[in-house]
Amino acid sequence: MNEMFNSEEEIEEDTQKDKYLIFTIDKEKYGIEIKYVIEIIGIQNITKIPELDDYIKGIISLRGKIIPVVDVRLRFKKPMMEYDDRTCIIVVDVGELTVGLIVDRVSEVVNISEDQVALPPTTSMNTRNKYINGIGKIGEDVRLLIDCNKLLNDDKAIIRELI
Amino acid sequence: MSQENKDPLLEMYIFETNELIQKLEEIILNSEKNNSYSSNMDEIFRIMHTLKGNSAMMLYDNISALAHSIEDLFDYIRKNKLSNINYSDITDLVLESKDFIIAEIEKIQNCKEPDGDAEILINRVEDKLLSLKGKSEEVKEDELEQKEEKNSKQKFYISSHKEIGDIKVNEKFCSFKAVVKFIEDAQMENVRAFTVLHNMNEIAKDIFSFPEDIIDNEESAEEIKKNGFSLFFKSNKSMEEIKEFINETSCIESVQILHCNEIDLEHKDAISSDHNENADTANICTNHIVSNVLSVNVEKMDMLMDIVGELVVAESMVTGSSDLNGLQLENFNKSARQLRKIINDLQDIVMDVRMVPIAPTFLKTNRIVRDMCKKLSKNVELKLIGEDTEVDKNIIESISDPLIHLIRNSMDHGIENEEERLAKGKDKKGTITLEAKNEGGDVFIIVKDDGKGLDKIKIYNKAFENGLTDKRIEELTDKDIYTFVLLPGFSTNETVTEYSGRGVGMDVVCKNIEKIRGSVSINSVEGKGTIIIIKIPLTLAIIDGMLIQVGNTSYTIPTISIKRSFKLMEKDLIVDPDGNEMIMVRGECYPLISLYKVFNEQTKVKNVFDGIIIMVENGGKSICLLADKLIGQQQVVIKALPKYIKRTKVIAGCTLLGNGNISLILDISALIY
Repeated sequence: MNEMFNSEEEIEEDTQKDKYLIFTIDKEKYGIEIKYVIEIIGIQNITKIPELDDYIKGIISLRGKIIPVVDVRLRFKKPMMEYDDRTCIIVVDVGELTVGLIVDRVSEVVNISEDQVALPPTTSMNTRNKYINGIGKIGEDVRLLIDCNKLLNDDKAIIRELI
Repeated sequence: MSQENKDPLLEMYIFETNELIQKLEEIILNSEKNNSYSSNMDEIFRIMHTLKGNSAMMLYDNISALAHSIEDLFDYIRKNKLSNINYSDITDLVLESKDFIIAEIEKIQNCKEPDGDAEILINRVEDKLLSLKGKSEEVKEDELEQKEEKNSKQKFYISSHKEIGDIKVNEKFCSFKAVVKFIEDAQMENVRAFTVLHNMNEIAKDIFSFPEDIIDNEESAEEIKKNGFSLFFKSNKSMEEIKEFINETSCIESVQILHCNEIDLEHKDAISSDHNENADTANICTNHIVSNVLSVNVEKMDMLMDIVGELVVAESMVTGSSDLNGLQLENFNKSARQLRKIINDLQDIVMDVRMVPIAPTFLKTNRIVRDMCKKLSKNVELKLIGEDTEVDKNIIESISDPLIHLIRNSMDHGIENEEERLAKGKDKKGTITLEAKNEGGDVFIIVKDDGKGLDKIKIYNKAFENGLTDKRIEELTDKDIYTFVLLPGFSTNETVTEYSGRGVGMDVVCKNIEKIRGSVSINSVEGKGTIIIIKIPLTLAIIDGMLIQVGNTSYTIPTISIKRSFKLMEKDLIVDPDGNEMIMVRGECYPLISLYKVFNEQTKVKNVFDGIIIMVENGGKSICLLADKLIGQQQVVIKALPKYIKRTKVIAGCTLLGNGNISLILDISALIY
């Protein structure tokens, strides 16, 4: 019984391997590992909560479940943009945490095999790459691959011990 | 995962054993207090026997052996009606055994082998038994000489406890029929029946059972559930004795025993047909051991709770649907009212089901006080008040550890030893009071001792040393100083004892309580004692809420904390030089908080006289809140904010409205303080 379950899980994981959901913020295209993604929904009525960092926009109700939403734009310290009908919320599940990520638009799911992923270049000036854990190449194009854990679990953002 | 893969039999065993052990401790401690086992003897016996049987069934030999030795010990005490024994020693032994068994059960729970060695404990129990025997035999001999007529009987008792299994041939054997019924939902009826059957071998012979193949045939479990489990046997014991013996197996609802000389034991067909009739005959020996209590997995309860919560929301979605606007729906409204009433009832029941009395948690502390009294040679009495107060199951679990911590603290730091107390002119017996009470929507748990109290200066110095404060002592109120005690790493006790002193106590208490949205406060008078008050919400689930509008957002205030709402008259508003607004109501002055400022909402209603004033109260203090308008009253299901969101001070949680929107629930106590 247990074994069966494990092998099923492995297969599922296999089919998700190397697949990335690509979304856009400003002009850059970012990729997020598909295994974290639960679903993509349109922008919802967000209830804001006082005393929070500005990039945590508030909470939404996803079929009765309350989940927090994070504006990835603000998280990357980019200027705020009015939400429109292309704005999407990507619902991700990282560990026990379910969070909605607000992005400008979602484009596609692509395969980027491991050998096409390069480590992000580091310089002393670069502060943003703490959320990026790789750069995926698709032909001539590049996608910035996001480390979901770091994106959500920044030291200051939450009290880690609560999870 | 491991939780789900667990064998249901094993889970049952763990659950039952824990219950039994808890009960045992309670009884033993009680008996020690009364210096008598007489009234509880049967109960102790039943527990030990069940424990032994269950453990043997699960092949945990060490637990079973230990239970057996204790059973022997009590058997001896009971048979010889000993009364002048050292209760405290026996209590120690039993409690240590209890600790051993609990440790083993924990191992089993973590899917490890219970490999603890019970040998030493068993030896000690046996030594105790031997020493008791030695003592009482001397006494007995004197008695025997005086009353020779009764000799035979007493001798029989003395010698019999190892020989229950031996059936004396010269005794007269009677045939019996017994119908055993298990309590509803006991589960594993066939296994239990087998246990009964197996145990019966000790006192009876020529045993037949119906259904026959109880272990192999699955249907027999159903049969037993429906009609009970019938036994036919011969025994030299009296009906009463047999009944008692069978009752020692767990989860038995009733036992009926009949003489059945006439029934031909070979006639199975006849047996099955008269089976039902017999079950219906007058309750000859019906004995209810276990009250009608049903234990349910908490997870299932949580699920039920969630569903009922959704139902409440769905109901208001239907009855408040905008499609109905402007329609004349007399019959619909009637039915809707009926529906609402039923849902309300359902909700009340579900809430009520989750409520459990706090008593077991309180009783646990008895043991700690007793043990610490002995170890620290202090003389302390534990007073329990209001232990029948009921609290949500989840809460009970979270307060158990903090309570133990607090009691330990009081014992170790608070209460002085006897000489010190006498020197201070206090009663030489210290008192710790543990009190629970309901007040409004909160439960208060109060731990009070009449010990030496907190040393303000010492606490301040320590806090200053550790860099917890940079203010001078004069600047701090008493309450501020006591609050240092609740911070991590704080302990004024210079020496680390077995019980406390590592400075990890109070902050853990605080954290545990905060997790369930409670708060801890300390008050103390030096030389007189300390009082620690834990305030926790009665329930974590459903409250009556008043919806209010501020800007574009609706917020919920728990109705229980609302005193009144009103429009403000110009003459009642006072503004102090700092711009703080206050309101005079019936000669009293209350501070005014504008919610749109707190939540940074954009609203048109900024003028105090346009909006509505809501006066709220918490902990005896009242303030006034300014909102745009009241929307209405509704039962709301509290949902916790996602953990990702760091604790916000003024929000206690959120709730889903009928239209699918989220409303934030205000934490009134946080607004007030």
